[in-house]
Amino acid sequence: MDFQDGIETNSDYDDALVVPCGDVREHLVVIGNGMAGCRAIEELLARDAGRYRVTIFGAEPHVNYNRIMLSPVLAGEKTFDQIVINTREWYDDNGIDLITADPVTAIDRAAKTVTSRSGRTVHYDRLLIATGSDPFIIPVPGKDLPGVISFRDMHDVDTMLAAAEAGKANGGGSAVVIGGGLLGLEAAHGLTLRGMKVTVIHLMPTLMERQLDEAAGWLLKSALEGRGQTILTGADTAEIYGEGKVEGVRLKDGRDIPASLVVMAVGIRPSTALAREAGLDVNRGIRVDDHMVTSDPCVLAVGECVEHDGNVYGLVAPLWDMCRSLADGLTDRHTGYRGSVTSTKLKVAGLDVFSAGDFSGGEGCEDIVLRDAARGVYKRVVVKDDKVVGAVLYGDTADGGWYFDLLKKGQDVSEVRDLLIFGQAFASGGGALDPKAAVAALSEDAEICGCNGVSKGQVVGCIEAGACSIDAVRAGCKASASCGQCTGLVESLLALTLGEGVEAGPKTMCKCTSFTHDDVRREIVAQDMRSIPEVMQKLHWSTPDGCSSCRPALNYYLLCALPGEYVDDQQSRFVNERMHANIQKDGTYSVVPRMWGGLTNPRELRAIADVVEKYDAPMVKVTGGQRLDIFGIKKEDLPAVWADLNAAGMVSGHAYGKSLRTVKTCVGSEWCRFGTQDSTGLGVKTERMTWGSWMPHKFKIAVSGCPRNCAEATIKDFGIVCVDSGYELHVGGNGGIHVRATDLLCKVSTEEEALEYCAAFIQVYREEARYLERTAPWIERIGVDYVKSRVVEDEAGRKALAERFLYSQRFSQDDPWAERASGDRAYLHQHLQPQALEAAE
Amino acid sequence: MTDWIDIGTLSDIPQRGARTVRLDGEPEIAVFRTGDDKVFALVNECPHKKGPLSQGIVHGHSVACPLHNWNIALASGQAQGADTGCTPTIAVREENGRILLSRPEAMKDAA
Repeated sequence: MDFQDGIETNSDYDDALVVPCGDVREHLVVIGNGMAGCRAIEELLARDAGRYRVTIFGAEPHVNYNRIMLSPVLAGEKTFDQIVINTREWYDDNGIDLITADPVTAIDRAAKTVTSRSGRTVHYDRLLIATGSDPFIIPVPGKDLPGVISFRDMHDVDTMLAAAEAGKANGGGSAVVIGGGLLGLEAAHGLTLRGMKVTVIHLMPTLMERQLDEAAGWLLKSALEGRGQTILTGADTAEIYGEGKVEGVRLKDGRDIPASLVVMAVGIRPSTALAREAGLDVNRGIRVDDHMVTSDPCVLAVGECVEHDGNVYGLVAPLWDMCRSLADGLTDRHTGYRGSVTSTKLKVAGLDVFSAGDFSGGEGCEDIVLRDAARGVYKRVVVKDDKVVGAVLYGDTADGGWYFDLLKKGQDVSEVRDLLIFGQAFASGGGALDPKAAVAALSEDAEICGCNGVSKGQVVGCIEAGACSIDAVRAGCKASASCGQCTGLVESLLALTLGEGVEAGPKTMCKCTSFTHDDVRREIVAQDMRSIPEVMQKLHWSTPDGCSSCRPALNYYLLCALPGEYVDDQQSRFVNERMHANIQKDGTYSVVPRMWGGLTNPRELRAIADVVEKYDAPMVKVTGGQRLDIFGIKKEDLPAVWADLNAAGMVSGHAYGKSLRTVKTCVGSEWCRFGTQDSTGLGVKTERMTWGSWMPHKFKIAVSGCPRNCAEATIKDFGIVCVDSGYELHVGGNGGIHVRATDLLCKVSTEEEALEYCAAFIQVYREEARYLERTAPWIERIGVDYVKSRVVEDEAGRKALAERFLYSQRFSQDDPWAERASGDRAYLHQHLQPQALEAAE
Repeated sequence: MTDWIDIGTLSDIPQRGARTVRLDGEPEIAVFRTGDDKVFALVNECPHKKGPLSQGIVHGHSVACPLHNWNIALASGQAQGADTGCTPTIAVREENGRILLSRPEAMKDAA
């Protein structure tokens, strides 16, 4: 992983301290380049950008990053770049002097200067202390051994990653995490994912006892043990031992746990040494008033280092509140800080834990509890005087935000009390199960993004100011930009604010472009674009050569727009379309020869049986589309398999492509006593006409010989149901995840008409659907009436569509197997051959 | 001292594509060529479900696994985005138009 990008060098810092000529603004110096210090400046800039000249000192060699996202970095879910809050450009654009890797070591309040470790002295008019907190190190023997670390900054994460890496070389290392609180469990989770054997030592009888009650703590412990961690509760550390470096931890009860890494995560304490030495009023934290002013009117303090009204906070949400009050004070607005109620979420993938408020019980408190053992859900809401005072949720935390909102507002819940535990949807009554309705019911100041402290009102404001995609919202107000747990909420707010148009309208093709699928298709035709690089150039792609989403789509759009002219880009095709076989989970392929209309004969069956034996295929299976699927073919053997099948007259089944799959048939009037028409014959003709055609997505056809519909034509993309008087044509069916019965398109009286309508329908779909959109959702989106207007009501249009389809088929009905079997692109199937060994210099 | 094995030339690998190499006793290796003609080598297994990365779509300096579309960074072997995992990388370099792959055991010895 590359952590270098965020590092600032100090080579130009002398220049950075030159006061711009004539800059008579007050100089605000910030000690601490962390979340609180930078957020305070952001809030200040939002109120009065030019008012202060700002200098920030940071102890770490990085720009400002989101410290609470270190856990996902450790777990490998994020990179350092992804958790950077403010890039170097932000500092530059706002004229902020950033001095990194040079912590302030002294404050001289009389002279109004600060001095840094490197000896630099800077004068301030206002000073903001945002030093955060220090990890608490338990005073046991061995605490200073190399290999004993805390979990506080990027350096700690790097140390843990290095230990995990070193452990890999020795068959997996062991780590001990001391502390079963939020931070300790996130560290343990990350280290487990990095391949270490992790033991968590926790002094108290249950995990996260400050946030969870006993029942939820127990569920959590079981879940973590299920993931391979060893959890020792009620365990007291006696010493950390080792010769020159950590070798293990000994408990007071004599147990001994070997480890090459010990992470201390037992708690944090406000970092107050600097303030104390400067003679400021310090108790547990630096004492501040409602505008974050310390005992010296020129010195402010914010974040985890402060004590307000007797309270010290170690979570992120109060920090946002403090920064707002501080910035108000600095810009002569007077809305003081009143303290914060906090909630907690555990950032461990797949484990949903939420807690808020007070759940210790006590006089007048009533518990409402819901347990669902099968789903692993535990919910407990504590009510006092008809108000929610605390909530603990395990396994299903979707309503955490709602309970927290009720709690913060002190809302009277007597009316919804009976349904309270079932969550907002039920308690709000009626059809409120719709997630959008639940979000709509949230108040303007309800918190949407806990990581970045963004309220519903701010998200909506951001959307109304023009952000119409999730990425734009992330860029605009940071909601959903960190842990991503609130992405669903933000999407609902987008839908609510922009109306239903949001999904169809501004959803871009992929992250490489701001254009939608429809925009891109239109522009390809309008500007007569002829290659993928040309499209990317003219439409300002943001990536050098696209991604695995847009490349196959562009390849298809060009292929569809330019039949016979566009040269297919094989490297923009999914593996199955490149290999003309279906990749399986073990990397082998399955091969499906085409059997027209599901019919076969002894010669084909013999060829298939021979291939199965010759290439040792472990399985042959009849597919849902009435074909034989030969499994377990190695990529090296594919050309020979195809050659053998070709020799028996069979071609590629395209049973893997975004293309015509199969035409399924029933036996029809030739044999069946109920059959009304020759459904097998029509099925073969249909397959002969449509095979090989590339489509936005896979496409299935069926022909049934009577309304009993044995070929299941009414769940196909195009279905024909034969009746006495002709052929009913059905479109837009799907038998997959969301079963959708077809819409009746029309009835026709001859086979020729059925084929023409089929060709015309496919061509509208090919020309107008978005890539990877099946006919079912496409028709849901555009409406079957539109399809009828193009295919049924407009005869000239239908004939033109069918003609375009048949024209493009002239270029796509070549058997890819035959080309490959004859040696085309043989390299795709062969390994590179190493040459003789060469010695390095 | 690292042993380097000559596995061919740049033109043996399709641009935005990959080829595989088998060495005795080693897991199969995928050698990638990107759109800007950089060459990378990874063990030919996605950290997710061991999908053959050599068969994926190469874009930028990443490859999308053909099985479940995980995106793996070619330089580090790390899964991108919300996915977690890492595929071992193998040192590779170009010299006089030839592609040289470091012998994996030699890497272990050197480490």
